[in-house]
Amino acid sequence: MAPQLRPESMEAAAAVMAGAAADGDPIRIVGGGTKLGWGATGDVPGVEVHTSGLERIVEHNEGDLTAVLEAGVPMEAAQRRFASAGQMLALDPPLGSDHAATVGGVLATGDCGPLQHRYGAPRDLVLGMTVALSDGTLARSGGKVIKNVAGYDLAKLFCGSFGTLGLILQVSVRLQPLPASTATALGATTDPNLLARAARTLATAPFELEALDLAWRAGRGGVLAQVGGTQARLRAERVATSMREEGLARVEVATDDAELWARQRAGQRSASGVIVRISGRPSEITRVLRATDACGGTLVGRAALGMSCIELEPDALGRLAEHLPRAASVVVLDAPLKVREAVEPWGSLPPAPLLQLMRNVKARFDPAHACNPGVFVGGI
Amino acid sequence: MTNLAISKAVAPTHFYPPDPSSQVVCSIGGNIAENSGGAHCFKYGFTTNYVLGLEIVLTDGTVVTLERDAPGYDLLGTFVGSEGTLGVATRVTLRVIPKPEAVRTLVAFFNDTSSAGDAVSAIVGAGMVPGAIEMMDRLSIKAAEEATRVGYRLDAGAALLVELDGPEEECDARLGEVISLCERSDAIEVRTAESEAQRELIWKARKAAFAAMGRVAPAYYVQDGVIPRTRLSEVLRRIDELAEEYGLAVANVFHAGDGNLHPLVCYDAARDGEPERAEELAGLIIKTCVEAGGSITGEHGVGVDKKAYMPAMFSEPDLATFQRLRCAFDPHGLANPGKVMPTPRLCGEVPGPYREHPLERAGVAERF
Repeated sequence: MAPQLRPESMEAAAAVMAGAAADGDPIRIVGGGTKLGWGATGDVPGVEVHTSGLERIVEHNEGDLTAVLEAGVPMEAAQRRFASAGQMLALDPPLGSDHAATVGGVLATGDCGPLQHRYGAPRDLVLGMTVALSDGTLARSGGKVIKNVAGYDLAKLFCGSFGTLGLILQVSVRLQPLPASTATALGATTDPNLLARAARTLATAPFELEALDLAWRAGRGGVLAQVGGTQARLRAERVATSMREEGLARVEVATDDAELWARQRAGQRSASGVIVRISGRPSEITRVLRATDACGGTLVGRAALGMSCIELEPDALGRLAEHLPRAASVVVLDAPLKVREAVEPWGSLPPAPLLQLMRNVKARFDPAHACNPGVFVGGI
Repeated sequence: MTNLAISKAVAPTHFYPPDPSSQVVCSIGGNIAENSGGAHCFKYGFTTNYVLGLEIVLTDGTVVTLERDAPGYDLLGTFVGSEGTLGVATRVTLRVIPKPEAVRTLVAFFNDTSSAGDAVSAIVGAGMVPGAIEMMDRLSIKAAEEATRVGYRLDAGAALLVELDGPEEECDARLGEVISLCERSDAIEVRTAESEAQRELIWKARKAAFAAMGRVAPAYYVQDGVIPRTRLSEVLRRIDELAEEYGLAVANVFHAGDGNLHPLVCYDAARDGEPERAEELAGLIIKTCVEAGGSITGEHGVGVDKKAYMPAMFSEPDLATFQRLRCAFDPHGLANPGKVMPTPRLCGEVPGPYREHPLERAGVAERF
């Protein structure tokens, strides 16, 4: 087992990275350890760098709706702190076992939850970032104000990079006010076409939804639309009316809706099965729903974004691909090790010029190829 | 294609939120390069939040398509706002959003910018994210009112334009709250637009503010800095001190929600040395913004003009790390040379990927 290092300052982290890279040790970066199975299996790590020693909430600037967090801060702890001031970091991915997911891990994997509908992905909420590169460089980009265009936006580059460019140490993020109240309208159907049409209507209406999700399994499912604000109940009733007009059945409004959304988030992870993430055009959702049925899967998805997670049995993975729209990108997230070793979890390779550009970026930021080698797209 | 043409093309049901004030003439390609914002970005975000895909051409002629949700590095996100230094964007795919159902616009007048700033804090503190919150100080009110005659109060030290948009019920519930928060922050008058025509008049003065400065000064230097919004009062006080010290008038127009200041440093080019003094003063204002924890630019970019201020915000290792990205895209530095980076740099060769030497594997030798 690789030695585990736990730096407690940014300088120490940079030294640890440089030391490991100089020794030729592949570095495995570990946050809460809830998504270590994502991506390709990669090289056998020579050393594990844990961010658990970097868990300070450095600043919470309530009046500015911003915060500065170290990478190892558990998402849950950060949210608790923000909630005490009536604010939130509008990122609600599933937090994994023991709710251990950290800010750094969520950013590095670009993981999202239902709130992505309104607020975007980690890259949309990060204002600045400090990273350690494998040559020991400590570098900061961006700032801690919500509007800033000075210098390159390297925070976006590191979001979703799976730790292959360096170690995220500290981030500044934009916060949002917590809605005064929320309410969710939901409706059901057994007709994929009807569901797709209803989702489209809801996505293009000026309801200002916090989230717009789909759920589907074994030929039936529905749509959930959350509103937040001072008039949530009234507004959700209007959304429900629109759902009825679209022909959805069993339409209702829930004001105590936390459990509904926890279930949607939970559907993005699987302890023993496979989770496949599909990104495509929202207009192709009907085909994705049919593909889910064809392989006996369970889907949760962001209706307006064209993003879905399907949970299925490992042996159904081959069947899924045959039924999906061709242009969709298909990424395997959770999967038993056997499956991960047998498939390319990132799906088909990016076009050659794009992959070359990604390799150039990797080579410039991590010339030693020490950071999480082999876990990313195209063997990066 | 111009920015305004995009919103027109998707009207009336949808709109494209980033709306820089130059939207009649600025092109979407330029918006990509600058990551343009505008008056609505406190609520709706910037260009980077709306670009779904880009076709770019690198300096060696390679055409690359970048897509927002495709697996791999977010090269799209780093390209937007890179001021043309990574390549040229030739085709853009954007997200547009449903046009808000309702809009409620008001303008509140205050004795000074500090009370207006208190009102902004109270509004944001109450959990509201208005579609726009714009502030003008005494000098910009005067210039705008002289140019437009829309009835802005000339005895006011600050005007605060607040626009709520979204679902009808929410706007109606929140409007009264905004009015009372302004009153509690000692507003001398609050005027709510009762019609689209009145709304346009309220906006007309704000939109005219830059051009109208020609009425109070022969020339002006537009600065673009950002501060944490809560530092507004002290930064404006400092700007006043600097203006007095330099004997130049500075008008302030301010995207109050996101802390983006646009001080307009007035000068007369006919007076000996005044343009230089104006430039120097504008530079000190930027440094004040950085010292307050802000940025040297919120939406106008670094370009050539501000590259000298980059070291005020970023250390040498930070700048060298920016250069790594540049070199990955454009190793010969041919795309928009001389912009953004304060000192010219060359891209060194990248060492090949590390491979274990057979001697290392055998435990005979080790690497230092």
